[in-house]
Amino acid sequence: MMTALELCDVAKSFTMHLQGGVRLSVVASVTFSVRAGECVVLAGPSGAGKSSILKMIFGNYRCDQGQILVRDGGRSFDIATATPRQMLALRNNTIGYVSQFLRAVPRVPTIDVVAEPLIVCGTPRGAAHAKAADMLQQLNICGALLNLPPATFSGGEQQRVNIARGFLPDLPILLLDEPTASLDADNRAAVQKLIAEKKRHGTAIVAVVHDENVREAIADRIVEVTQFAAAA
Amino acid sequence: MNIAVNESEPLLIVEGLTKFFGRQIGCRDVSFSLHEGEVMAVVGESGSGKTTLLRLLSMQAEADAGRVLYRMRDGVTRDLATLGEAELRFLARTDWGFVHQDPALGLRMAVSGGANVGERLMAVGWRHYGNIREAATDWLSRVEIDTGRIDDRPTTYSGGMRQRLQIARNLVTQPRLVLMDEPTGGLDVSVQARLLDLLRNLVAVLKLSAVIVTHDLAVARLLSHRIMVMKGGEVIESGLTDQVLDDPRAPYTQLLVASILQP
Repeated sequence: MMTALELCDVAKSFTMHLQGGVRLSVVASVTFSVRAGECVVLAGPSGAGKSSILKMIFGNYRCDQGQILVRDGGRSFDIATATPRQMLALRNNTIGYVSQFLRAVPRVPTIDVVAEPLIVCGTPRGAAHAKAADMLQQLNICGALLNLPPATFSGGEQQRVNIARGFLPDLPILLLDEPTASLDADNRAAVQKLIAEKKRHGTAIVAVVHDENVREAIADRIVEVTQFAAAA
Repeated sequence: MNIAVNESEPLLIVEGLTKFFGRQIGCRDVSFSLHEGEVMAVVGESGSGKTTLLRLLSMQAEADAGRVLYRMRDGVTRDLATLGEAELRFLARTDWGFVHQDPALGLRMAVSGGANVGERLMAVGWRHYGNIREAATDWLSRVEIDTGRIDDRPTTYSGGMRQRLQIARNLVTQPRLVLMDEPTGGLDVSVQARLLDLLRNLVAVLKLSAVIVTHDLAVARLLSHRIMVMKGGEVIESGLTDQVLDDPRAPYTQLLVASILQP
């Protein structure tokens, strides 16, 4: 299988100017790659830098050093040096991300929250809504909730809305940050099924998952993040 | 996998824009470019040069140095300083929108809501009363104003309605570039949420390019793709909106982000 994503010698630190310029090194020399159809799970204790790595791949955090390469056949593109415009295009066409928590916009109904990534890429509204409703049903979000904004939903429901939104577009790379953290057994199983489908489709997945059963079920390979601990 | 970016020409190119008020800096050496469909937020505290920048972009004030290039509808990019008075006025009436914080500045308070929207259409040559009224009615409903209020003056509208009317007036001519100065300032939060949702949809559907000046980082996160942080008239940080807000680099940006109240 082809390599879809490759991190080479990536480092991240924060300089906290409000705390007297303290420099906080999070990770250094992060090097791993993910093939199409493969799920790599990042492991390590809280604070080891797992989410930071995902955020650098999504362009949410800047990367101090190294390369984050998105591969497309013989070509590759470096996220670490992407312009904002290029990063936005990558997010529309190439990289999906399911964050730990849903960032709900006031007043926007659930169905629109989920369908938005498809509509942005030009899918007609009706078709996008049909796909969104189907995805939400697979995640056991009942029809009565579709037209309500998710701000007042339970934690588990919000997380499933977030997952539906992230899983709906068919993108070659998918980043998952604790997608099953606040879900019950049935819904964890539903998410595992969706992940398995994505893998069959050839999606390259990087996930952070603490639950060992889920990890067992989805991981093709585990990358221990503590090996990238920055020298303090 | 598609990793190509459509490399079209920018709609707006700003180079080294500088303005002094006596010895006081209005803004200094501001440069950026904006593509079609891109929304950029300009954030910073009062007096940081945000509004000055907006006034320079819309040629309401004259820059001491630097230039503003704009790609006209015919595809030719021109330096705005070389355009004549009439050409600029035409651009301002058709291709640009300007949403003021105070709707009273952007509306004509003595004529009806419908006339406020219709006036911009007449400026671009619409003459048929029925068509103008139809378009005005359509736009009032798009900005969620009860069309039964079309003949009422904006003086009888609430603050939130006035702001939505101002937006309708600006967008009716299908401008390509909209400049907004604190569009949600001074509105209470429920009205603000409604307006933000409306703006977000309109911007996406109409593929508008917009520069939004705001001191509210939540508004910037919701509406903009990119963000530019200003302080003392200068740009101190810029980039993808979530990148600048989640991973702020400059000490001042870190202070801004750390100062947000979490309800």
